[in-house]
Amino acid sequence: MYVIVVGGGQVGVHLTKRLLQAGREVLLLEKDGGIISSLKVQIGESVMVGDGCEAQTQKRAGFQRADVVVAVTGDDEDNLVICQMAKNTWGVSRTIARVNDPTHMWLFRELGVSSSVSATDVLYNLIEQEISVGTVIPLAALRMGNIEVVEATLTARSPSVGKLVREIEIPPKSNIVWLLRGDEGIVVDGDTRLQEGDLVVALVPTASESALRNVL
Amino acid sequence: MMARRGHDVTVLERDPQNLARLGDDHGCTTVVGDGLDDEVLRDAGIENCDAFVTCTRGDNTNLMAAQIAQKRYSVQMVCAKVNDPQRAHEYNKIGVFCIVPNLLTAGMMRCWLTGEEYGPIESFNRLEDA
Repeated sequence: MYVIVVGGGQVGVHLTKRLLQAGREVLLLEKDGGIISSLKVQIGESVMVGDGCEAQTQKRAGFQRADVVVAVTGDDEDNLVICQMAKNTWGVSRTIARVNDPTHMWLFRELGVSSSVSATDVLYNLIEQEISVGTVIPLAALRMGNIEVVEATLTARSPSVGKLVREIEIPPKSNIVWLLRGDEGIVVDGDTRLQEGDLVVALVPTASESALRNVL
Repeated sequence: MMARRGHDVTVLERDPQNLARLGDDHGCTTVVGDGLDDEVLRDAGIENCDAFVTCTRGDNTNLMAAQIAQKRYSVQMVCAKVNDPQRAHEYNKIGVFCIVPNLLTAGMMRCWLTGEEYGPIESFNRLEDA
């Protein structure tokens, strides 16, 4: 597998190092000739000077035989053009872009970049998940704490999304009783089909809380 | 040029100092901001415009802005200034209309010198001439 990484900043350098350690054939392409010698100290000879957006440079770097092109410069417009040229001019099947401004994510997807990574989105999602989404939050303990009322917000990755409630193996003595979908409260029965974004309220014995979390 | 011909023109520019170069009676609306930023583009009225022309110094900035105008805002006439003939060629192929200033100038000079007829603007975009 031949991987070309464009952009010799922190992300590009560490990515190239990791790929080299994993035994991949990698080339790091960097526009600024002034930092090439320091890049060579860090990662050896797998470095080339050149503008990764230029067709001539792309040809010299071997875009035509690359399996993956990764664009990780600090400029979204450069990363977009690198990936588009890789795909349209050289037929590279996998293109991966770092997206610095998360509002540009849709454009990268729309224009056929295989994968886009926004650090802002990743960090935001981590924080949000930590706070509520995908986590079961105890709302109240009933009857000396043996039974809890809990809530969980379903995400695209929740195993219960798309299933009927009776198809879910909820722990014994627990019950999904109610859900909030948008602004609408729904009383849940076996024939309720769960959707992404549903806020589900359940009664569960304290000991079974994690089991419930796993099936939701 | 367009404003003087009676069209409604908004100039979007990142550096307010550059706007001063328009002079006093340019008759354009001016917006200061990054042309790749959705909010700025909407402030400039991209949702209701008939044409979007992008001519910053950066080829990639122009190509990205042009594609935002085309894909997100469905602007009918979109044109990008692209200095690199090869890049312009590739994007013309995928439906982003690019003009290469050097090719255009040289091509028109050629026509003037040889008495060739001035063809449509696309005829000055030929990669073979680069």
